[in-house]
Amino acid sequence: MSLVLIAEQILNGLQFGIMLFLMAAGLTLIFGVMGLINLAHGSLYMVGAFAAAAVAGATGSFLLALVAALAAAALAGAIVEMVVIRRLYDRDHLDQVLATFALILIFSEGTRWVFGSFPLFLDIPAYLAGPVTLPGGIQYPLYRIALIVCGLLIALGLALMITKTRIGIQIRAGENDREMIAALGVDISKLYTIIFALGAALAGLAGALVGAIQSVEVGMGEPVLILAFVVIVIGGIGSIKGALVGSILVGLTDTLGGVFLPQFFQLFMEVSTATNVGSSLASMAIYILMGAVLIWRPTGLFGNSQ
Amino acid sequence: MKLKTVALAAALSVSTAISAFAEPVKVGMITTLSGGGAGLGIDVRDGFMLAVKKSGNKDIEVIVEDDTRKPDIAVQLADKMIQSEKVDIMTGIIWSNLAMAVVPAATAQGKFYLSPNAGPSALAGKGCHQNYFNVAWQNDNLAEAAGGYANDTGFKNSFLLAPNYPAGKDMLNGYKRFYKGDVNNEVYTQLGQKDYAAEIAQIRASGADSVYFFLPGGMGIAFMKQYAASGVDVPLIGPAFSFDQGILQAVGEAALGVKNTSQWNKDLDNAANKAFVEAFQAEYGRLPSLYASQGYDTANLILSAMGKASVKDADAFRAALKEADFDSVRGKFSFASNQHPIQDIYVREVVKEGDVFTNKLVSKTMTDHANAYTGDCAL
Repeated sequence: MSLVLIAEQILNGLQFGIMLFLMAAGLTLIFGVMGLINLAHGSLYMVGAFAAAAVAGATGSFLLALVAALAAAALAGAIVEMVVIRRLYDRDHLDQVLATFALILIFSEGTRWVFGSFPLFLDIPAYLAGPVTLPGGIQYPLYRIALIVCGLLIALGLALMITKTRIGIQIRAGENDREMIAALGVDISKLYTIIFALGAALAGLAGALVGAIQSVEVGMGEPVLILAFVVIVIGGIGSIKGALVGSILVGLTDTLGGVFLPQFFQLFMEVSTATNVGSSLASMAIYILMGAVLIWRPTGLFGNSQ
Repeated sequence: MKLKTVALAAALSVSTAISAFAEPVKVGMITTLSGGGAGLGIDVRDGFMLAVKKSGNKDIEVIVEDDTRKPDIAVQLADKMIQSEKVDIMTGIIWSNLAMAVVPAATAQGKFYLSPNAGPSALAGKGCHQNYFNVAWQNDNLAEAAGGYANDTGFKNSFLLAPNYPAGKDMLNGYKRFYKGDVNNEVYTQLGQKDYAAEIAQIRASGADSVYFFLPGGMGIAFMKQYAASGVDVPLIGPAFSFDQGILQAVGEAALGVKNTSQWNKDLDNAANKAFVEAFQAEYGRLPSLYASQGYDTANLILSAMGKASVKDADAFRAALKEADFDSVRGKFSFASNQHPIQDIYVREVVKEGDVFTNKLVSKTMTDHANAYTGDCAL
């Protein structure tokens, strides 16, 4: 086991975690401020990826594709908020889960109807293709480094927005006491639409960025959605900082567990058994992590302990 | 999700195979039409329906349902088809874990099951059944051919990669059965995994001279794109599933030149295949994949048996199926004692024809290949 391999795997875990953060940030804001469980967040991820693939196919420009992903997901988010979600704030969580689950089905079948059932092509642009050599002789794909940098910049931007801007103050106030900020004259329904569209845009961006290295297909959002929920439970619901720490923890646990657990069991087991046991345990690792965090801090790492 | 198509064959052409026994046959097809692996199921369905339509046989009724790649849903649909729809024959399942959940129960209740894709080893060996026929392959087959190809090419140190489910294990075992070199490492990933950065880093550090991988559907798209971007240049080989017509366009340049093994390709030189490829393109406006060819062969096998015996007479119908008296798009086709195919397997290479990525035949790597489990099967 060389140091280069370990470093590369840590970078992989970091990159995975940061992409999860883009999903989890929107989810945690929506849950924290509006108290809404949005299962359709994975569909917005898919919408972003499909919009990007369509625009990249038509124009050949990856930057335009990313803009399209942001715009399409934000628009879809705003429309969904105004047409469906707005009616759910006062309902209990079961109704919200049912309605947003229905949205998943509508988005999936709608996308299939428009784009067909076969995966779409979306590739990384030529200027980000190929590997670069990092200090220490680590060869790493340039595109993944770009993902890490891009995700960290967005995290910084979100943190500044939450702490420094008027809308950020309203969001924090909304998390603490919804009735009070409405009473203070803030247009709460406009605020909700903006937050929902913002969360959707981040999900769409993640879908487009990840779609370029994975595959753009119907149903691509749901596996990520489950992980994003794990992240916000670990990080504490409503906390952007928690989402960032949680997603990097989950990313590193998942990646490093998948690589090193099978090798660990090989120390005292036969190779094929070790691979089996290690792989099985690795797929449980993030849930074990979630359980451990919840025992230690029942509201998550950065959750409000009310 | 409750997509239900009741399709009756259109009597457009003058029937060439007029049924000697005008006993209607009801076929229940459970396949994956939505979610991650939808392209595979849609191709099986389209290939199957094309054969039914071309035959002009009005005595076959096909009910299609979507399992969304979930074993529990597949089991519910199978119960419904057996108990309320009263189908005679079942078919359609793509994934081996779903096949394991459905097939043993269906055959135990006296239904015929003809697999157009999944061929888990458990159903080929001790778990074989007189009413279970596999029209595609036993899972290990294409992997065994890949192992043979690796020997021919002189690979001595292979890195193996597959998802952690029954077919993944079969695919690695099949490769190892014929491959004579050393196994550098065996890695099992999660079914449906989309990010292979960790595995690619292991390949980079491994010093292997070849990577054998089995990652069907979207998993293969993701792997190959990431592999191309990583700069690792260890040659890839694998069974046809990561290189089928449905996903090559999404992979693009990254797949060019990769060798893969298959029992079928669109340029196989026989009359049945030429007619199939032409008709499929005319009907659906795209090139057929190997899944479509398997669906097409499955329907033709059923149609051939319908011409010989009534489905109500299970013994006679079974014997008629076993004769495999139909023109397979693969050319030669017969059943081994455990009712899995005996067929030739080829090496293909991914090429670009005009704007379309597709496969061309390179060589035949196995002739009249059966499977390793005939001895374990009591039939």
